[in-house]
Amino acid sequence: MANELRMVEAVRTALGEELARDESVVVYGQDVAVNGGVFRATQGLVEGYPDRVYDAPVAESGIVGLGVGLAAHGMRPVAEIQFSGFMHQAYHQLQQHAARLRSRSRGSYECPMTIRSPYGGGIRALEHHSESFEAGYAHTPGLKVVVPSTPADTKGLLTSSIRDPDPVVFLEPTRLYRAFREPVPEDDHTVPLGEARVVEEGDDITVVAWGAMVREATRAAERVDASVEVIDPRTIFPLDSETILESVRKTGRCVVVHEAPQTAGMAAEIIARINDEALYYLEAPVERVTGYDVPFPLFAREEEYLPDEDRVAAGIERALSA
Amino acid sequence: MPSERAAEFTINHVQVLDREGNVDEELDPDLSEERLLELYRGMKRARRLDERAIALQRRGESGTIAPALGQEAAQVGSAVALAEDDWMVPSFRENAAYLARGTPPHALLWYAMGMEEGAEIPDGQNDLPPSIAVGSQAIHAAGLGWAQAIKGEEHATIGYFGDGATSEGDVYEGMNCAGVYDAHTVFFCQNNQYAISVPREKQTRAETIAQKAIAAGITGVQVDGNDVLGVHRVVEEALEMARKGEPVLVEAMTYRQSMHTTADDPSVYREREEEEGWEERDPIDRFETYLEGRGILDDETREEIEEAIEEELAEAVERAQEGREEIDPAEMFDHVFSELPPELESQRAAFGGEENGE
Repeated sequence: MANELRMVEAVRTALGEELARDESVVVYGQDVAVNGGVFRATQGLVEGYPDRVYDAPVAESGIVGLGVGLAAHGMRPVAEIQFSGFMHQAYHQLQQHAARLRSRSRGSYECPMTIRSPYGGGIRALEHHSESFEAGYAHTPGLKVVVPSTPADTKGLLTSSIRDPDPVVFLEPTRLYRAFREPVPEDDHTVPLGEARVVEEGDDITVVAWGAMVREATRAAERVDASVEVIDPRTIFPLDSETILESVRKTGRCVVVHEAPQTAGMAAEIIARINDEALYYLEAPVERVTGYDVPFPLFAREEEYLPDEDRVAAGIERALSA
Repeated sequence: MPSERAAEFTINHVQVLDREGNVDEELDPDLSEERLLELYRGMKRARRLDERAIALQRRGESGTIAPALGQEAAQVGSAVALAEDDWMVPSFRENAAYLARGTPPHALLWYAMGMEEGAEIPDGQNDLPPSIAVGSQAIHAAGLGWAQAIKGEEHATIGYFGDGATSEGDVYEGMNCAGVYDAHTVFFCQNNQYAISVPREKQTRAETIAQKAIAAGITGVQVDGNDVLGVHRVVEEALEMARKGEPVLVEAMTYRQSMHTTADDPSVYREREEEEGWEERDPIDRFETYLEGRGILDDETREEIEEAIEEELAEAVERAQEGREEIDPAEMFDHVFSELPPELESQRAAFGGEENGE
């Protein structure tokens, strides 16, 4: 059985089902209870679980730090940070504590915490609402980093994240919250962390993209005169290198697409792994289509900043003609 | 401007045992002789462990450590008030509290020697490992106390930090969130008068640190932190409140008798005269006078206690030194995640290979 859901509804469904399944799950964050979250991702949950769904004070560090304490005492906190740009106010709690509770205590304690946050550009939001910092989280040992791109994956990946014994930063592409519906399995649906999805199969070139960029990549793939394989890693850390490498060994060409700034972005890491493991299969240098190394612009310029179908198609053409 | 008063508050200061070792009969927590000797032993043991650890550091056998000399009453008096099922969230200066909670001294020395093995929590002991980032752990204490509230437990959590930490936003966020969620949390500030070199007066314009609780809507109280009976009493009461969902901030007025860490030289920023003034208020001396006065402690008992401590610490030092030889650096990969992700698996394999000269 499957319901046609939007991504934001898939988030809500996963949270509702995990609250029902596991008494240790606690959902909290700014405006998540009575107001149902500013994007309505938690709408109605407090009615079913008044003792496990909480509004939080405006305190990002507090929200993540509380999760460390909750997790140490056997709860499974699922916190929302209202906009990913404000995760930086909690970054020290993520980096110094959530990510290290297990290693610091030599495995005596674990931190099964999920920190959800809308992320990425394209919704004409205020400053600090549109950043993509996935590389920063991936660079933080001890954190898992997940970015879904479809409603079905959102439910499956969020469910897996909540059940995971380690802290997961779960970044929800804001722009996709209401972009489209698709069938989402109604039963217990999980998608394992660390497994990529082959979105489109193809033989001439591999395009790796995640979050909102998957749609740009798919559209660009339709436009170019080539057989394009589109891969969505879904999990940024641990990264399913093998699926990407296998594809590149088959196609010999690759483009990596992300919204985040280019320097030291995840594209650089993926290209390094291709160089390590599949260099001699390459017929052209790997292309990057990314955001620029500038602060995410205010909304009048965000379309110029964000990679789109045109830029991805141009990247594919460059890699094909090299 | 309207002249009505919107709010008023006072901060109480508690002292049970004065500087001369006299007890305030009305406030006396009336502890058993056994418990009194436990407090005494705990303080002596902590002081000797710190002294040994400093000596090890000076010999190059240990890394930087943060001694708690002078703060034994604050730590032992509070930690001993905890029940076994209560939780403790330390900062980086809580060796005395750890010892009182049951952490073996060799583990504390291991940690000081740079071995993560030392931070492993003994089974059944509800303590978090040390937090180095100042004040960040106050929120974990709030989270643990909140978990206790959600679970409907009759247990509480104590979170330690220093006076300097109260300048950090996290301490306020912790107290504020604890208040909002009726967390079972006691925030225990050891006001040891210095945040490295900056004296308490330059840390905040607030008259007391305890009053910082008022902004978070929780109870604040000050206690003579060199008075082990006062600390014990105040923390017992605070824990009782916390167990009912009323968080408390306790400010224990004490003094860091030695350096901030072994990398610090206090003579640069404070006068010897001031140090001597506080040495006269030494928590162990004061308590000793009291115990002797009550006939609970005599020379013979004291010697017995001291000998037992020396023996235990000698064994602990030996065990810690031996442990150093057994350390396997590849273990740094083992506790990052519940299962080794492929990235780390290949890095661990490469590390092993390099170690074997492959």
